[in-house]
Amino acid sequence: MYKDDFVRRLENPDGDRRASRSLHIDIPLLLILVATCLGGLFVLYSASGQSMFYIKRQATFMLLGFVGMLVVAQFPVRFWERWAPVLYAIGLVSLVAVLYVGVGAKGAQRWLDLGVTRFQPSELMKVAVPMMISAYLGKRLIPPSFKHVFFTLMMILIPVFLIVNQPDLGTALLIFAAGFFVVFLAGLGKRYLVSAFVLAMAAIPSLWFFVMRDYQKQRVLTLLSPEDDKLGAGWNIIQSTTAIGSGGWSGKGWTLGTQSQLNFLPESHTDFIIAVLAEEFGLVGVLTLCFVYCLLIGRCIMIAIGSQSQFGRLLAGSISLTFFIYVFVNMSMVSGILPVVGVPLPLISYGGTSVLTLFLGFGILMAISTEPKRIRMDL
Amino acid sequence: MRDDAAFIDPARERRIFSSRLLISAFAVALLFTIIVWRYVDLQINRHQDFATHSDNNRVHTRPAAPARGLIYDRNGELLADNRPAYNLSIVRERTQDLALLLEDLSQLITISEEDIKRFEKRLKRRKPFEPTALKFKLTEEERSILAVNAYRLSGAEISAQLTRHYPKAELFAHVVGYVGRINDREIQRIDPVAYSGTDSIGKIGLEKHYEEQLLGLVGNEHVETNARGRVMRVLEQVDPVPGANLTMHLDSNLQKLAHEAFQGERGALVALDIKTGGVLSMVSAPSYDPNLFVSGISQKNYSKLLNSSDRPMFNRAIRGQYPPGSTIKPLFGLIGLHKQTITMDYRIEDPGYFYMEGIERPWRDHNSDRGGHGNGVDLAKAIIESCDVFFYNMGIRTGIDLLSSYGEVFGLGTLTGIDVPGERRGIMPSREWKKNARQQSWFNGDTINASIGQGFMLTTPLQLAVMSARIASKGKMIQPRLVKSINGVPLEPPKLEESISINDRYWDYIHRAMRDVVHSPRGTAKGISKGLDYEIAGKTGTAQVISINAEDEYDSSKLDKSQWDHALFVAFAPLDDPQIAVGLIVENGEHGSSVAAPIAQRVIDAYLKSKPAFNSQLVANQEEVRR
Repeated sequence: MYKDDFVRRLENPDGDRRASRSLHIDIPLLLILVATCLGGLFVLYSASGQSMFYIKRQATFMLLGFVGMLVVAQFPVRFWERWAPVLYAIGLVSLVAVLYVGVGAKGAQRWLDLGVTRFQPSELMKVAVPMMISAYLGKRLIPPSFKHVFFTLMMILIPVFLIVNQPDLGTALLIFAAGFFVVFLAGLGKRYLVSAFVLAMAAIPSLWFFVMRDYQKQRVLTLLSPEDDKLGAGWNIIQSTTAIGSGGWSGKGWTLGTQSQLNFLPESHTDFIIAVLAEEFGLVGVLTLCFVYCLLIGRCIMIAIGSQSQFGRLLAGSISLTFFIYVFVNMSMVSGILPVVGVPLPLISYGGTSVLTLFLGFGILMAISTEPKRIRMDL
Repeated sequence: MRDDAAFIDPARERRIFSSRLLISAFAVALLFTIIVWRYVDLQINRHQDFATHSDNNRVHTRPAAPARGLIYDRNGELLADNRPAYNLSIVRERTQDLALLLEDLSQLITISEEDIKRFEKRLKRRKPFEPTALKFKLTEEERSILAVNAYRLSGAEISAQLTRHYPKAELFAHVVGYVGRINDREIQRIDPVAYSGTDSIGKIGLEKHYEEQLLGLVGNEHVETNARGRVMRVLEQVDPVPGANLTMHLDSNLQKLAHEAFQGERGALVALDIKTGGVLSMVSAPSYDPNLFVSGISQKNYSKLLNSSDRPMFNRAIRGQYPPGSTIKPLFGLIGLHKQTITMDYRIEDPGYFYMEGIERPWRDHNSDRGGHGNGVDLAKAIIESCDVFFYNMGIRTGIDLLSSYGEVFGLGTLTGIDVPGERRGIMPSREWKKNARQQSWFNGDTINASIGQGFMLTTPLQLAVMSARIASKGKMIQPRLVKSINGVPLEPPKLEESISINDRYWDYIHRAMRDVVHSPRGTAKGISKGLDYEIAGKTGTAQVISINAEDEYDSSKLDKSQWDHALFVAFAPLDDPQIAVGLIVENGEHGSSVAAPIAQRVIDAYLKSKPAFNSQLVANQEEVRR
């Protein structure tokens, strides 16, 4: 018998009557996820040009994701805390490997070819980085001292640097955000926050001149004035805002969006799917989605608050905030308030990797949420 | 266990974490508000703009080209129709890489450099999202090759279009003309809406003159297109109205016969229906195939036509100006009788030359080497045998003022007003004309030259036909017309000026003289009377191309053929009830009698024999004669 299970039994002598708890399922989270996924498939059907092919594939990935989530939830939180460094190390090694033996498309090397399937190390890092930082800070006194801040910074920046070089600025920023959230939630001192802010502002010019590639700069410029190149770089953003705006209050109706159905909208079933939803279901649809996302994030935050361990709290908090960042970045870029970066709309956009990564995160959240209660020492 | 477990204060940890989470939650709420605000702004505040933009995206108004009016001859034979043709065009906005697309296309089908050059020219003046033609008249094979590869030819499209076709090819090129692509100059003056569905316009001939009627009314359709420009469905449409169909007075059979009668010689012929002024045939030989011009003639073909010494694109029938030579003799004789500068009894002695008082150099008669036409030459004989010396005398007696003013009444030196653009005026010289054109005063020598249709005088074959018709109708101011009816509605006959009033005796005298040109044994055109069962009135003419010194003899064998005399003939028939009038010229044909007259005779014969009423009349006459 595993030592912790033994401890659990000790801590809960009557046992947990609720089956969900013993199966490590968080019922509210599960219900919201199922609802979101079903709604997502519904929108995807229209966005993909009424293609059952995409629906079947996406549904398969979602089922796999659910199974994966439940499996992940069965592992105790301690397990993840212990194995976080290993996961992180694997991720780091694969990122380095990508630099040398990676495969890719459109000038970016992002994948490792494993023969059976292709594996994207940066996706793994989306979970591994916050997990590693949480594990590191979970064992330490918070707010973290300068030494620990420095080490965590290194742990964040090394993978981020590798991913920027792929190049995949979007993912790098998201991973940086995920790691940063952990440090922030751990009570990073105000001095650090202020100096980080100043540093970031100062870094923008050098980022612009030395790090960002031409196409990335172009995206920023396009955001500022999409009309300059209506048929080129500005096309996507003009068409997506047109789709959203023409949806009005109640939308044009399911599968009746002219922008999406007549292919004016690019990437309508992946990154730009929110524009399809906005066009066909109007502001009502957008508000409904926002509401569902709020419920989801709210539930995640509650799980974080209720967590028994420092590690669990930090990780759950980071996953919740990262999830929100996905939502925010995607909805902002499609509606033209952020430059276009390749961030899918979580649980709605078509894409297997994204679905699996998300469910991996929710699995950990479920594990945290169903963590057995300890007897409070301070009572 | 933690390394610094000694200092752990779980309550404080929770507090720090909770406060940070609270800040985060506020941040999340704030950012959600920003997103919602943005979507409200787009979907509520700016909804109208975007709804319009979205509709503009997908709904396009496409002009629906009207079918151009058809052109028929008098028997209902098609002279110009429309045939479907498949063209390859490119929408610039929908191509990724134009150069690459062009290269891909030229690997699939043959696209000449000229095609590309012209395509680039067209590309410069197209409207956004308008397909620009690259290659016309695709073959079936080319179409299927393109269809199979369509998936990788984004921006290229095949469109079916009605294209003008001239079934009679070169036969009517100079009359009907042709349509061609609208050029930069034309684009300035046309109504862009009326021409939004079509890219051709009448360039020359009837196609140009009746452009307004032939064009038709453009329709339009509102279509829903996808992002690649493919039409998904038609939302609404207004049908185009086809252009008006024109029916000509022209007769295809007659035209063919006349055209072939020239046997490759250069020249022109105009045949008029005397009753209506309708143009029965208008030939300018050699001709060219107007179909070459419809979708843009290749440089090679164009320079071939342009550089040909035969000048096939030159419409000799209405633009060719030639000295009329002796063909104006009947008219001048008539003027002399009418103004009584000569009488029917007036006779002269013709030694074969004519001396003008005070001028050493004699004017020769064309048969001066045979000693002239002898004694007692009256007007009739002067017409029948074409005696120049008689007319030298007569001309001096009558004076240029009368000849000129009456000549104009019969159409010389004036525009006939035919319904096809480009006709030339010719020259009916007068004192005033010479003063303006040459800054010289008029000399008697000029009158002498003019009196046999030489010197300054120039006429077009059309003017000769009109003159002949006006003589045949005894002074009716016949006006030539090509179009008989538009959409089956007969055109109002042109309002004729009042007939010239001349004593019938003079008319009959001149008509008889012209008949005898053909039917008397001494007539210059007696060759064509053989086998005729009705009477043709005519007059031959020979026009000098180069001036020969009085001392020198005209000897064709010493001259290049391009310097040979032009052969002319005017005629009308039948004498008792004139129906058809003809004027024609054969360039460098030398003799009106042997070269030009037979062509006129064949045209007249074919026309009269094609009229049932005429034939039955003929049979009746013959029976009467037998009885």
